[in-house]
Parts: sequence; C-alpha cells; structure tokens
Amino acid sequence: MSGSYLTSILIWLPIVGTLLVWLLPLSRYATGSLALLFSFAEVGFWIEQLTRFDFSRSGLQMGEQANWFGDLGVSYHVGVYGFSVWLVGLTVIVMAACTGYGFWVGRDRPRAYFGLMLLLTGATVGVFESQDLLLFYAFFEAMLIPLYILIGVWGGARRLEATVKFVIYTMAGSLLMLAAVVVYGLQVGTFDLVNGPASASRWLFLGFMVAFVIKAPLFPFHGWLPDAYREAPPEVAAVLSGVIAKAGLYGMLRIAITKFPEPTSFYRTAVLTLAAASLVYGSLLAFRSSDFRGVVAYSSLAQSGLIALGLFAGTDLGFDGAVLQMVAHGLISASLFLLAGVVERRTTTGEFRLLGGMARGRPALATLLITTGVISLAVPGSSMFAGEFLILAGVFQRAWFWAVIGAGGIVLAAMYMLRLISAVLHEARGSTVADEALDLQPTELTLILPLVGVLLALSVWPAGISHHSFTPDSPTAAVKSGFK
Amino acid sequence: MSLNTPHIDWFGLSPILTLTGAAFLALLCAVLVPRRLRRLAGACFSFAGFTAGLVLAIWLYVDSPNGHTIAAGAFYRDRWTALGQIILFAVGLATTLLAFEHMPGWGRNSDPERRDDHVAEFFALLLASAAGMAFFVGAANLITLFLALEWFSIALYVMCALDYDLEGSLEAGLKYLIVGSFGAATLLFGSALVYGATGQVSFGGIAHAISTQGLTGNALLVLGIALMIAGLSFKMSAAPFHMWTPDVYEGAPTTVTAWMSSATKVAALLLTFRVMTTAFPQNEHLWGWAFAIIATISLAIGNLAALVQKNVKRILAYSAIAQAGFMLIGLSTGSALGARALMYYLIPYSAAAFGSFAIVAARERELGVPVTLENLAGFGWERPFLGVAMWFFVFAFAGLPLGGGFVGKFYVFAAAYDHGWVWLVIVGVLATLVSLYYYLGIVRAMYMRPSEEMQVQPGGGVAVSGGQPAPDTLLHVAVGAALAVSVGSLFAVEPLIDLAKHAASALPL
Repeated sequence: MSGSYLTSILIWLPIVGTLLVWLLPLSRYATGSLALLFSFAEVGFWIEQLTRFDFSRSGLQMGEQANWFGDLGVSYHVGVYGFSVWLVGLTVIVMAACTGYGFWVGRDRPRAYFGLMLLLTGATVGVFESQDLLLFYAFFEAMLIPLYILIGVWGGARRLEATVKFVIYTMAGSLLMLAAVVVYGLQVGTFDLVNGPASASRWLFLGFMVAFVIKAPLFPFHGWLPDAYREAPPEVAAVLSGVIAKAGLYGMLRIAITKFPEPTSFYRTAVLTLAAASLVYGSLLAFRSSDFRGVVAYSSLAQSGLIALGLFAGTDLGFDGAVLQMVAHGLISASLFLLAGVVERRTTTGEFRLLGGMARGRPALATLLITTGVISLAVPGSSMFAGEFLILAGVFQRAWFWAVIGAGGIVLAAMYMLRLISAVLHEARGSTVADEALDLQPTELTLILPLVGVLLALSVWPAGISHHSFTPDSPTAAVKSGFK
Repeated sequence: MSLNTPHIDWFGLSPILTLTGAAFLALLCAVLVPRRLRRLAGACFSFAGFTAGLVLAIWLYVDSPNGHTIAAGAFYRDRWTALGQIILFAVGLATTLLAFEHMPGWGRNSDPERRDDHVAEFFALLLASAAGMAFFVGAANLITLFLALEWFSIALYVMCALDYDLEGSLEAGLKYLIVGSFGAATLLFGSALVYGATGQVSFGGIAHAISTQGLTGNALLVLGIALMIAGLSFKMSAAPFHMWTPDVYEGAPTTVTAWMSSATKVAALLLTFRVMTTAFPQNEHLWGWAFAIIATISLAIGNLAALVQKNVKRILAYSAIAQAGFMLIGLSTGSALGARALMYYLIPYSAAAFGSFAIVAARERELGVPVTLENLAGFGWERPFLGVAMWFFVFAFAGLPLGGGFVGKFYVFAAAYDHGWVWLVIVGVLATLVSLYYYLGIVRAMYMRPSEEMQVQPGGGVAVSGGQPAPDTLLHVAVGAALAVSVGSLFAVEPLIDLAKHAASALPL
C-alpha cells in the first residue's frame, strides 16, 4: 500500500519536464507533444496514487520526509490525505486539459509556454501535498511566477495592468502569511504541519487567512479577479479559477481551520459573513456581466464563497460538501473557461451583445455548453447539486439563515447561467457569429469532454468524493485531531 | 642590535599574499607582454590568482576550526574570515571571466589597435581590491581595519573611473572618491575616539577595556561607535549613507559595478558584524537599534526610489541599497542566528547581484547605450538563457522561491523574530511587497512589451557597426555559475547553513 515515491514524483516530474522543454531545442510540435506526454504521465501517476490510497485509514499516507534545514526545524515533508488526493487529481486533470488546449490553439513561443505550464503543474501539486509550512509557502508562491508570465506574455490587450494587480494583491496576502509562518514556526519550534501543535493566536490566524482569502478570493478581496480572468488566455483562466483558487480554499482547511481552532470559532461569524457576501455579490455581478468570461469569473467568486461557507460551518456535512464542491466547481469552471475560449476563437469576442444563435448548426457546442451550464446551476442530480446540498445542510446546522442565503445564491446561479446559455446559443444571431464558424472540432471535444465526463461520473456517485475525503465517520473529528 | 619582529603565520595570510602577488604579475603584463596578448595574459594571471586564493581560503577554512589572531593580533585566522574570502574570490573569478570579454579597453576613442594597451592594469586593480577585501574581513584591530578599507577603496576608485572616455565613468570615480573618503574619514575619526576612550586598538582589547573599566555609557565611546557605524554604512551602501551608490553604480563600467555590488557588500557586512560583536558586545543595545533603524531606512529609501527609475543599473543600485537593508536586519540582531542568516544571505545575494549586472553588461555592449527598461524590451526572447537567468536573479532578490534569496529572507526574518523584533519582520515584509513592483518591472520589460515596441533603437554598439557580435561565451559561463549558486542555495540550505554556523562559531556570540 505504500507507494510514497508517488507524492514526490507528482511534484517533480513536471518540473523535470520544464527543464527538458526549456533545454531541448525541439520543434513546436515536438515541444507540445512532450509537454502533453508529461501531463498525461501526471494523470497516470495520480491514478496509481488513487488506487494505492487506503481510504479506510486515517492520518497521512505516502509520506516522505527529508531534511531541508534542520536548525529551524524545516523539512521537505510531503504526503497526502483523502481530500488532498482529490485536489491533486483535479490539478493534474485540469492542467492536462489546459496544456492540450494550449497545444491545440498553437501558442506562440511554445518552449517558454509549455515549460511554464509544467512548472505551474508541479508547484500546484506541491501546494496540495506539502506537509511542512515553509514548503507549503514556497510552492504557494511558486505558483505565482509561471502565472505572472503566462498572463503577461500570452494574455489579452490589457494584460499588463491585470498582472500587476494580480501579483500585488496576491503577494500582499502571501507576505503577511510569510510573517505568520515565521512567527508560528519559531513559536512552536517546528514547521511540520502534521506534528505542529495548534495555536490560539488570532493574529497568526488572520495572517494566514488574508493570503487564502485573497487567493480564493472572497469579497472584498476580489479586486484582481475580473481583470485577471478576462485578460488571461482562456486555458490559464481555467487553471486560475479551477485549480489555483482552490489552493486558497485548501489552505483554509489544512492550515487556518486545523491549526487555529480557537481563532476559527472566534472569527467564524465574520468569515461566514464574508463568504455569504461573496456568494450573493458574486452571483449578482455574474448576472450583470456583459460577457462570457465575466459571468464565469464572478460565478467563481460566488462559488468560492459557497465553499468557504461549507468549510467554516465546521460541521461534518459542511466539510464533506466543501471538498466535493471544490472538485466539482474546479472541473466546471475549467470547462466553462475552455468553452469561452472556444467561442472567442470563433467569434473573436465574448461580449453577449455580439454573440447569439450559436446553437444552430453547432450541436456539439450547444450540447456541451448546456450540459456544463446545467450542472453548474446545480440541477438536482448533478454533482454540483450534491455539493451545494451538503454545504447548505452543513451550514444549516450552524444557523438556519446561512442556509437561506446559500439557497438564494443557488437561485441566482440558475439565473446567470441560463442567461449565459441563451445569450451565446439562442436569441438572434450575433453580429460576430459567421456561418462559417465551425462546430466543436474533435480535438476540442477530446479536451473538454473528459472534464464533463468526470463531472457526470461525480453526479452519479458524489459519495465517491464526499465519503472518501476524511476518515469515514467524522470530518470534524479529523480536523480537530489535526489529521493525525 | 636585534630587532624583534612578531611571529608571522604566513599560511594564514597566504590568500592575501597570493592575490597581491598575482596583482604584481598582472601589472607587469602591462609592460612586458605584447599589446595584443595583454588582455589574455592579465586575465590568466587574474584567473590563476583567484583560483589559488580560493584553494588556499578553502584550506584555511578546513584548517582553522579554532579561530585565533595572527601577526601580533592584527588579523583573524578563523572560519568567518575564510568563508568571507571564499565568497569574495568566487565572485572575483566570475568577474575575471566577465571582464575578459566585457571590460572596455582604455581609451574608447583611441586607435583600435591601442585600446587594450592598459587593460592589464584593470586585472591588477581587481586582484588588489580583492586582496584588500580579503584583508578587511579578517581585520582584528582598528589599524588593520582602516588600512584594509583604504587599500580596497583606492583600487575601487580607480576601477570606477577606468572607462575614462565616458563622462559617467570619470564622474563616478570622482564621486566615489570624494564620498568614500568622507566615509573613511568618519570611520577613522570614530576609531580614534574609541581608542581615546579605551586605550586599545585590538577588538578583543576594546571589549575587555569596556567591561573592566565600565565604559559602556562613556560619551567618547558612544560617539566613536556611532561614527564607525556611519563610516562602515557608507561602504555597505546603507541609507542614509547611500547617496553615492546609484550614481557610481550607473557610471562605473558595468563589470566593475558587478564586482562592487557583490564583493564590497560581502566584505563590509561581514567585517561590521565582526567589529560590533567582538569589540562592542556590551553596547549591543546601541548598535543593534542603530542598525535596525538603518535597515528600515535602507529598505524604505532603496525600494521607493527604485520604483521610479528607468535605467536598469540604477534600479539594481537602489535594489542593492534595499538588499543591504535586509542583510542589516540579520546584523542588527547580533545573535548567532543573525550571523548565520547574514552569512547565508550573502551567498545567493552575491551570485544574483553579480549575475544581474553581468547580464546588463551583455545588453549594454549589444546596444552601445545605457540599458533602460525601454531598450530591454524583447531581450528575454532574443537571448533566452540570459533572459531566464535574469528573471531568476530578480525573483531571487524579491524573495520568491526560485532561489536562495527566499531562504535568506526567511532566515533574517526568523532572526529578527527570535530577537523579539516583530516590527522589523513587518517592515521587511512590506518592503518586499514594494520591491516586487520594480523587480517584476524588469521581467515585464524583457518579455511582455507588445512586439511593435521591441524595435530597439541602436546606439553605437554592434547593431550600428554591423558584423558579428563579439562572443560572450565566458559571460555565459559566469552567469551560469551565478545561476547555479543562486538556485542551488535553495536546495543545499543545510550544508550552507552548516558552513555559516561553523564560521559564526568564531565570533564571541
């Protein structure tokens, strides 16, 4: 059952891939194929990890620990829990789809591009697998570097402002987290996340939370979000909202809530309020958005709010639902951003007033967009429904009115998502929609279909994740024990 | 009549003597070697001198686990000295490689045949300044301290002014001479006051006199320490004693800037840490706070001023001021952890500082005009290796986890927290945040400008005169080595920290 090498391989394999792609003078086609090969290998190794993971056992599995610098108690410590396995899976699958998308649209300067995509994969997997606070911080920061360059080089017209805003926002949070990391680690004498004791310091809790709340993001720390999601290339926006945002939420679960139980209950109402505000405000903004990506971007804000609602409910159902929702929404928003990219490629725009009527003669696009949209508005029976139901039930146990606000958010989700579908697919034909604009090509289908396929599988069996994230009986007990 | 001379441990002084010898040989090249071979011969002597010095310094590090003074108490033979010398000589080796291709010959406007007439003198000066710095880090009394300071400073004054057909170079040399002399005078005055108060010149003797005679609050002594701090801060270009830095870094030949920005800082910071902890341990509450405040001012001024610069050398100069601030955080704690933090920080810092200026030198020669954010556009795509190296270096400065700069920052913050100075951690964190804007600005300039902006306006460089660009293989080697050190120090933290720990054990902490 061991297979502990898999954790390290999942982190370092893509980074080796980065070096290879940068060093080997390959052609555009060969570079893309090599990168794709590495992404698929990642998925393969993750499946191997999943099959070897023992979901009936509590505690860290497949752990590896090596000395990094001992005098301050910092080590290279990696390993996985049930919920981190799912998030790693989300990362490798979405990254593979997005790398494939970049290959398909033929991004300029392929060696730089694919190297950075692989670097991003490695860093993100590292975040979900680190069991040492400084290592976690290093990977958390390392995600930012490829993202900065990917958006800044391959992004839209206003990419420079978008990157500056994005980096300054996220680094402001991260650096406060660094201060908190230093203080926490030196106070308790170790940076190990598994063995490190809980702390009652509210300042430290806030230091960590600022970073996570900005990354997720939650209202009112979402200032960077609309620009970054609009200006990034679609596949990078898909990674941002599908995976990177989840790193912030994962941090709340793994560090803020687990290591700071007393401050968590002290600030619970405040965080729940922010989460509820994000849900409602994000949904309203999504409803008011005038373009495809705007709707998906703000709906991500809303969904981050919903997931934070589940996490900070502090109940069994809330934790289960939050993990399920992280994975489900990650897949949804990645699919939607890729679809946004597909539409933009055909029409040069995502503005609703210039779109419309794309369903006629394009059955594959219409089917796929409607399926994704319907899952995303949490129609009963879908994986999103399962996640949202669990979260609402979990937060209901905390206080009924949170559940009422959450339910309101779901109604709003139906409104903005149906508006999106009809604005793109139905209504009168938009001025930019040419007759010649093709339906989805087989390559595009093979990129997006697997994501939707996984979503459908999760819709059939949501318990696959929600019952296999924490040791079976009680997530709250697992969190309370610090996942020992 | 017999003359009593002290016993000299020649082996303890061997790195310095080797470099001085190599400097003489390089100087002889200027007269004895045919004109077209002078650059090669000078570089060979420099390379050989630094290699030999490096070997000897490593040998001394291994051989001196118990630090002691030699040459009648004038010089420390210990691991703090040896490790400092190792860093200095490694940078010196890299500078030699860079200088062979990128140090302009004297007299840009003269007959091309004769341009290299005096290039051997550059290598002699480089070796001499390195020898001075190697002497400086091991100084054990106020006399050797001042002698060594003048020794390497005078060499640096000349090196700054070497490219004398460029207005900026002469100006840089003159400015550095005047401001540097002022700093040296301040240091000398401070030393005199300390001597006046304690009657001792050796660091150990001063500490002994202060504790036995209860001089901690003595006005003469406190004033002396304050003046010494000011004089040393000039050398490490810490604000508010930094005014010369941007102008000199900008005006000096870029090879010299690369050498100065890394080596001078290593020497000045290591020596300062030694003087303060060895000679004035009883006054730690004074100099600790003084350096904490200087660190804060350096971080504020360095980072804020860098935001508005357009010239890349000036950006890096202000960044060097800010980096001095980070290292002073470690220094101001005066603890064993602070010593490790400072020593560790210097390793990736000196690699990144050297490497970033070396890359600027490459671009500068390509364009023939000073490198600005404007004409850096597209550089990352034209020269992929140098571009990637540059963003690794600036991200290492910024403390992002792509290099040892990240761990260095973590260590100085840990030292500050350990000392009970959470406020200093917050200051450092805020400064890092501000610094990101201009560090990322360099990356933005290299990679993200729209393609129509990438049409570089050629100046007087290769782009104008046509023909093949001059080779810069050695530059690539030097930058590659700097990159390896900068990135490698992220992974090899433990061995480096062990080295630093052994070095710091030579200090009375």
